[in-house]
Amino acid sequence: MSENMLHDTSILRLENITMQFGGVVAVDNLSMEVRPGEIVALIGPNGAGKTTAFNMITGVYEPTNGQISFEGSPVVRNHPRGKISKMYAGQNADLYKNKETLSPSVDRLTALGMARTFQNIRLFKSRTVFENVLIAKHLRRTRGFFSAVFRLNRDEEASWREESLSLLETTGLSAVKDENAVSLPYGLQRRLEIARALATRPRLLLLDEPAAGMNPQETDSLTAFIARIRREFGVSILLIEHHMNLVMDISDRIYVLDFGRMIATGEPREIQNNRRVIDAYLGVEEN
Amino acid sequence: MAFFRKHIKTIVPILVLYALVVVLDLIPGVPMMLLTVLKKGAIYSLVAVSMNLLNGFTGLFSLGQAGFMLLGAYTYASLNISSGLKPIVYQYYTPLFRFSITEVLSGVAGSAGAVLGIVLSLVIAGLVAAFFAYLIALPVLKLRGDYLAIATLGFAEIIRALIQLEALAPVTNGSQLLRGFPYFRGLFAPFLISGVCIFLIVLIINSTYGRAFIAIRDDEIAAEAMGINLAYHKRLSFVISSFFAGISGAMLAMYQTSVQANTFKSAMTYEILLIVVIGGIGSVSGSCIGSFLFIAMSEWWLRFLDNSAYNIPGIPLLRPGFRMVVFSVLIMIMVLFFRRGIMGDREFSLSFFSKKTRGEGGRSDSRRETDE
Repeated sequence: MSENMLHDTSILRLENITMQFGGVVAVDNLSMEVRPGEIVALIGPNGAGKTTAFNMITGVYEPTNGQISFEGSPVVRNHPRGKISKMYAGQNADLYKNKETLSPSVDRLTALGMARTFQNIRLFKSRTVFENVLIAKHLRRTRGFFSAVFRLNRDEEASWREESLSLLETTGLSAVKDENAVSLPYGLQRRLEIARALATRPRLLLLDEPAAGMNPQETDSLTAFIARIRREFGVSILLIEHHMNLVMDISDRIYVLDFGRMIATGEPREIQNNRRVIDAYLGVEEN
Repeated sequence: MAFFRKHIKTIVPILVLYALVVVLDLIPGVPMMLLTVLKKGAIYSLVAVSMNLLNGFTGLFSLGQAGFMLLGAYTYASLNISSGLKPIVYQYYTPLFRFSITEVLSGVAGSAGAVLGIVLSLVIAGLVAAFFAYLIALPVLKLRGDYLAIATLGFAEIIRALIQLEALAPVTNGSQLLRGFPYFRGLFAPFLISGVCIFLIVLIINSTYGRAFIAIRDDEIAAEAMGINLAYHKRLSFVISSFFAGISGAMLAMYQTSVQANTFKSAMTYEILLIVVIGGIGSVSGSCIGSFLFIAMSEWWLRFLDNSAYNIPGIPLLRPGFRMVVFSVLIMIMVLFFRRGIMGDREFSLSFFSKKTRGEGGRSDSRRETDE
């Protein structure tokens, strides 16, 4: 494993990730990676386990088994423990048995350098666009509570405000920076969520169905926006999405899940012509 | 400083208010009731703002305020009973603290020492309340919504029962009252202490930590995903709120000149909650306006309703206790028709009068009672 780590140049790596809820194996032995600068999409029909996988990466769920590494070092690790160990139906139960389990909180993972957006937009609704972005700077604070209260952190505050403004500039939101966040049109709210995630200075951006509820025009503009974000901020992106146009347009690689298992992986063109993927989406006639 | 230029429209009315307080202190013949209302209102302002920090700005529905006030009140009282009065106050017990902080320090440095002693004991009162908040934060703050309210309410009731324990009597004097400690003589001291504390809370709310609290209130899941450690920040807010509740409890002791556990019932927490709701959840100036209005209503303006001498002949409506009926109806009207309170989540400033503001909520014209 140590050798593996030395040569691990990926931003995000999932190894043997399994999630079992009661008797149901929602994600089964999933291994995947996101390399620096890549846009990777995770797709699959409804109930395939995409969101479960996403929730494990972002620390919302603790996987039943497996290991997730961020920039070469393991951040999440678990093996079947307690009640679930007797009924564990996945694979590789012994692989991580003798290793320390790692189960960081959501905010810890964000601090490490991965930031996410939400499928159902979650903005700070009483705050302006600018404040929404500014709040995301809080985790990068270097001063303690008292220096913040007595305004001894003016330099830090000033640089946060400057960074937030320039972030709003690049994301095309500076015209609405003093508007209430939830008063923005839907498409701009999506953008703001991405801008807010970027404000935490991530190296990996995790987008949970960014085009959900969007019409084709909005989706097109979002596609261009995501591509531009990758270029300008140098972040790697992992996204879950149902809009195939968006996925095929911007993804470098695609992982396809079906019934919790990975059934295909490759570049968009390979995936489009993959028999198993087409079957998974359209269904197969049984004979 | 840029700060003063930026907030001139808030600072000026505050200074006017303080000037008025000084004047009221100096001229004789001011109605006793007005002084009472202002004094108690100043104290309630602080505890209401501290509750607002937790309930309004961090979104944690806690009902432990009376418990933390009680801790502050007892801490202040037991540390400051003058040594001459100790044998009389602790009639049946041997007092644990044989000294009085204020007396010790005034012996060293005269009246400056006495002031220092009072300030020091107020801070200690806050710290004791904060310490207990820190202890119970870990289990209690895992609860959400109503469950948190029930747990904190329970904590306050437990503290009230425990403090009357025989075993603690050398400090708390059991269920007998504590008295014989320095109390407020004028208006200026309670206004100054409350003002400084509320200013500190405003500084906290407007700092990056305050923004984090508001983020947690607005959307806990998003706040955590933005790297805000929920457990840490909730506990921080809880401890700060309790610290200032402890100080206001000590101030209430100074106002009442005596302390007894039975005055810190859960009804007191509900009063404070009402003030916060009436003033506007998420508005500091709203809590201040709300507390003066609330105290004035309950202690002064509605008094005549209790007096059967004011009855219109033939309609024997007014009688002792009728005040509370009208008061409750007024509160119901308030909550039904001004759901966002007097201030909503906005803050008071002079620009209120120069530009038209959004029409929601009644605007208070009682400038004098406004915004410390």
